[in-house]
Amino acid sequence: MESHQVLIVGGGLAGLRAAIAVADAGRDVAVMSQVHPVRSHSVAAQGGINAPLGNAEGGQDDSWERHAYDTVKGSDFLADQDVVEVMAREAAEVIYELEGWGAPFSRTPEGRIAQRPFGGADFPRTCYAADKTGRLLMHTLYEQSLRRRIGLYPEWMVLSLVVEDGLCLGAVAYHMLTGELACLAAASVVFATGGYGQIYGRSTNSQFNTGSGMAQAYYTGVPLKDMEFVQFHPTTLMGSNILVTEAARGEGGYLINNKGERFMKDYVPKLMELGPRDIVARAIQTEINEGRCFDDGSVYLDLRHLGEKNIVERLPEMRSNCLHSLGIDPVKRPIPVQPGQHYSMGGIDCNVDGETVVKGFYAVGECACASVHGANRLGGNSLLDTVVFGRRVGRKIAQAETAKSSSPNGKALERAMGRVERRLKELFSGSGDEEPAQLRADLKDTMIEKCGIFRDGVVLKEALSKVTELQGRYKKLRAIRGGRKFNLDLTRAYELGGMLDLAEVIVRGALAREESRGAHYRMDFKARDDVRWLKHTMVQHALDGSHFSYKPVAVTRWKPEVRKY
Amino acid sequence: MAAERQVTLEVFRFDPEVDKGPRYDSFTMNVKKGMTVMEGLLHILDVQDHSLALRFACREGVCGSCAMFINGSYRLACQTQLEDLKGRRVWVGPLPHMPVIRDLVVDMAPFFEKVGMVMPWLEALSAPSGKEHLQSPQQRSIINEAVDCILCGICHSSCPMTWTKKDYLGPAALTKAFRFVADSRDVAGANRLALVNSEDGVWRCRTVFNCVEACPKNINPTDAIESLRRMLVVGRRKSR
Repeated sequence: MESHQVLIVGGGLAGLRAAIAVADAGRDVAVMSQVHPVRSHSVAAQGGINAPLGNAEGGQDDSWERHAYDTVKGSDFLADQDVVEVMAREAAEVIYELEGWGAPFSRTPEGRIAQRPFGGADFPRTCYAADKTGRLLMHTLYEQSLRRRIGLYPEWMVLSLVVEDGLCLGAVAYHMLTGELACLAAASVVFATGGYGQIYGRSTNSQFNTGSGMAQAYYTGVPLKDMEFVQFHPTTLMGSNILVTEAARGEGGYLINNKGERFMKDYVPKLMELGPRDIVARAIQTEINEGRCFDDGSVYLDLRHLGEKNIVERLPEMRSNCLHSLGIDPVKRPIPVQPGQHYSMGGIDCNVDGETVVKGFYAVGECACASVHGANRLGGNSLLDTVVFGRRVGRKIAQAETAKSSSPNGKALERAMGRVERRLKELFSGSGDEEPAQLRADLKDTMIEKCGIFRDGVVLKEALSKVTELQGRYKKLRAIRGGRKFNLDLTRAYELGGMLDLAEVIVRGALAREESRGAHYRMDFKARDDVRWLKHTMVQHALDGSHFSYKPVAVTRWKPEVRKY
Repeated sequence: MAAERQVTLEVFRFDPEVDKGPRYDSFTMNVKKGMTVMEGLLHILDVQDHSLALRFACREGVCGSCAMFINGSYRLACQTQLEDLKGRRVWVGPLPHMPVIRDLVVDMAPFFEKVGMVMPWLEALSAPSGKEHLQSPQQRSIINEAVDCILCGICHSSCPMTWTKKDYLGPAALTKAFRFVADSRDVAGANRLALVNSEDGVWRCRTVFNCVEACPKNINPTDAIESLRRMLVVGRRKSR
């Protein structure tokens, strides 16, 4: 049995940043990832990463306090302010660190890191590398992981986190390339497994973003937090729902309805297109719902006035996506867009150092909820979240006693592997006739139609009964075909169970929360209700279903106020 | 409205541990406007043949997972629309000259190994300001193209030199080397140049330009390799 002091699951920005911190502290660490690190979904982040460097014109008065305040206000006061403070205080340092490791940021004429305006921020705070920021940071961290010779298990998919008596013991994993099932002993396991976008129709997320890490943590009894808060990005390409970066609006793009109006004047006249994502997404959806959209159901993102030079230099990837997907050149024509699922504010409940209720088990990045994004994440804060908290988790583990000891509990791991093996055999010998692809399609439709941007108690109940029905049908899957090697039918059927259970807690959380806050908007409860609902939703898995409870929000410096822009 | 066009995807199937030899399976489907080869393959996986093996992830040309050989060209399946491919038959195979694991999935490990051999990371002194290293937009522009590489493996697979000389570093690894040698912040250029100054380094390139033609990100690896050669011959400063 392989054994490591620290096992990181997920090779995106959060996972690699954590691994680098552990390696720099001289501890043995390995990264296990379902895809090669440079294929991680972090590469799809385009617009940038926030830090109050003050490099751009008009940014000189920016400060970590202003960054923290914008983040808290953007979160509709659901973020834990002590954690937000840590993120904002450490932002500049981690950016300079990335730059020193080779991150090829775009530059100001003076040679400093270039910054641009983003939604919901009072200053131009978003550091960028054209519109390829996530990808170029991802490659930088991959390069640094090579420099440190960090052990990598690429295309190993973790199927089960192993916890016994409140102690983390390791993981059971499937090697895609050989079909081998193996258990790995590790006293410290970090989940940096990303979001669950594929639960939703119209998602910007990668095909493998199924929330499997969140589901596995949930099954071991670790609570999930604030799962009803789902971010819908205002602008995704019509049809393919490929992300159109917020930088397009940061650089000055207009949103236009079918009357030719910049309709954001009716929603947030001061910020216009640079309102926070929840507000802009609702505005676009309102225009669509009320018929002020174009024939295909889109609104237009018009960049033509920015000129070819600006578009080519600053938004090249966005332009290439428009050309490839729609055959539209944004230099010459407006881009048809619609909102789409983009990010999970909720996730595995953890503290500022990624620690969870299970000793030795940590979470970081999109799969985690510390919480810095609260009810609505600001653009440019997710990349920051991955590197600030990746570094903190890594450093915390390096100090922890559990990371030093390594007497693997072989028997418990063997038992866990036996359970996974039985589950795979069950899937191969299924005698039902339900088609997993059909269930997945039904789930995606249900979530985007009934638990999307605008929610309503009656409709959420429909969503819940549909998800419950799908959970029932999941028990009657047809037999999975083929052998063990690179069997996508197998892995996708395995993950579908977790997707359905995550969908259930998202819908239940949304149904319970009788208020509107950030990205969670209830047509039947349109106001924020701090008296009843200024609290985090916690959900725990039990044999008889999901158990909900609530815990207070950390309010330190900024008293909740009406969120006005 | 125009009738939906039907296309048949001829898909390479092979499991070296099980099959005597490779074969192509035919899958016919209706093509909707905007539908990519990737979507066609996912349709096969969902509906027609659940046993198909392929890599896919971002569907927007940035993760490099879906590099394939489509109708005789090196393409990213997610960036190739079925509508744009003329004819009713579309041939889809794995990246040529790379060991097949199963169907469209090839072994990328030897490729990543080469990339790892060129010191593919920045070696910089601490910035004097304690902040960022200053780098002018002009200095940054020298590496604009090279940093765009998504490590999809297409150039490596397309290069005739890699077909016969397994030890050749190949266009992607050498472009990576160039990316750091040419970075104004880097201080390890001489070491890196020494690593590529060999028969299986920059001197193996025969300027066939297959990599230039094949690269889905429009990078010119031959130019990067030529730059490294110039630096080795006339020195780094003069070659600029």
